[in-house]
Amino acid sequence: MNKRRPYVRPMTGWWRKNPFFIEYMIHEGTALFVAAYALVLLAGLVCLAQGEAAWNGWLGALRHPLAILFHLVTLAMLSYHSWTWFKIMPKTMPPVVLGGRRLPAAAITGGGLAAVALASIAALGLVWGMTR
Amino acid sequence: MADKTITVEVLRYRPEQDPAPEFQRYQVPFSDDMSVLQALLYIKDELDETLSFRWSCRMAICGSCGMMINGDPKLSCKTFLRDIHPATVRVEALNHFPIERDLVVVMDDFIDKLERIQPYIIPAEPRSLDQGAYLQTPAQLDKYEQFSSCINCLLCYAACPQYGLNPTFIGPGALALLHRYNADSRDGASAQRMELVAAEEGVFNCTAVGYCSEVCPKHVDPANAVNQNKTTAAADYFARFLKPKGSGK
Repeated sequence: MNKRRPYVRPMTGWWRKNPFFIEYMIHEGTALFVAAYALVLLAGLVCLAQGEAAWNGWLGALRHPLAILFHLVTLAMLSYHSWTWFKIMPKTMPPVVLGGRRLPAAAITGGGLAAVALASIAALGLVWGMTR
Repeated sequence: MADKTITVEVLRYRPEQDPAPEFQRYQVPFSDDMSVLQALLYIKDELDETLSFRWSCRMAICGSCGMMINGDPKLSCKTFLRDIHPATVRVEALNHFPIERDLVVVMDDFIDKLERIQPYIIPAEPRSLDQGAYLQTPAQLDKYEQFSSCINCLLCYAACPQYGLNPTFIGPGALALLHRYNADSRDGASAQRMELVAAEEGVFNCTAVGYCSEVCPKHVDPANAVNQNKTTAAADYFARFLKPKGSGK
């Protein structure tokens, strides 16, 4: 009789067993907020196409306290998403060689985060300039 | 020598008598220079000769002694008791592999995958002896060198939830080795290996968790190898639409 009886362990709850996996799941979860915010912007675009009344209605809806709360939560989620996204970025691309030397992972992550910061400041400045 | 004692919990599984794996506790006297592997050797020599585990070199070269240590995949020869004491050391067989006995896993699946990636140089044009050796510049060596450090210890597989959920996935280690040969200037078989890279069980199973690269004891960065090949596979797929009809591969 064959005495071999390999035991396969179940995967249930795998992501709760390691802090690294918890962070990964939170990162993936925050992508839902990215999608939700894209839908809010899309709704705005549809309202704009429908005419002035619809557009003003959309703008009004955004001023609701719950909409402002949603924006604050989404900002936090998007910030976390960007941070973890750029943290993994060096692992997802071919080596960048500058002047015969490999660009270190921290420089790629830092560059990405700096691009986010610059783009955010530029967008904020643009909107600020338009609304004043 | 040994002035302190540490509790070691080992996940035991003896297929002839245990319906399922269970933890067993041992008290191990230790000194500051002792690794987890040495604790296991102490248990086998002094406390319980029935304990089974794989090991060989004791210096992070052979890749035999990978196991889960307090929940993380680690080489037991490279993990020291002094860094865990006074906490308990909890040792289990590598995650995501079937347990053969105690800390020994069934690794047939990985060996099969290793064969499938053709882990050897297949030159585009074979050279005869009188043509001399293949030459390579330091820059060409740099493209694959880190991926050639893999010791097949399987820690990356134990760190990959995608492999755990779907064992048909070729997985981080074998794909890193595949990339090691593809990225070698002496090799000409990237097109042959592409079928596997782009297959159902290939690189697109990876969701960039990245834990494989964190646990790699040789800094291979398998996540990078896998993700570079996602780009290559996508480029290969779209390039076929740009080629004139009938030009072949």
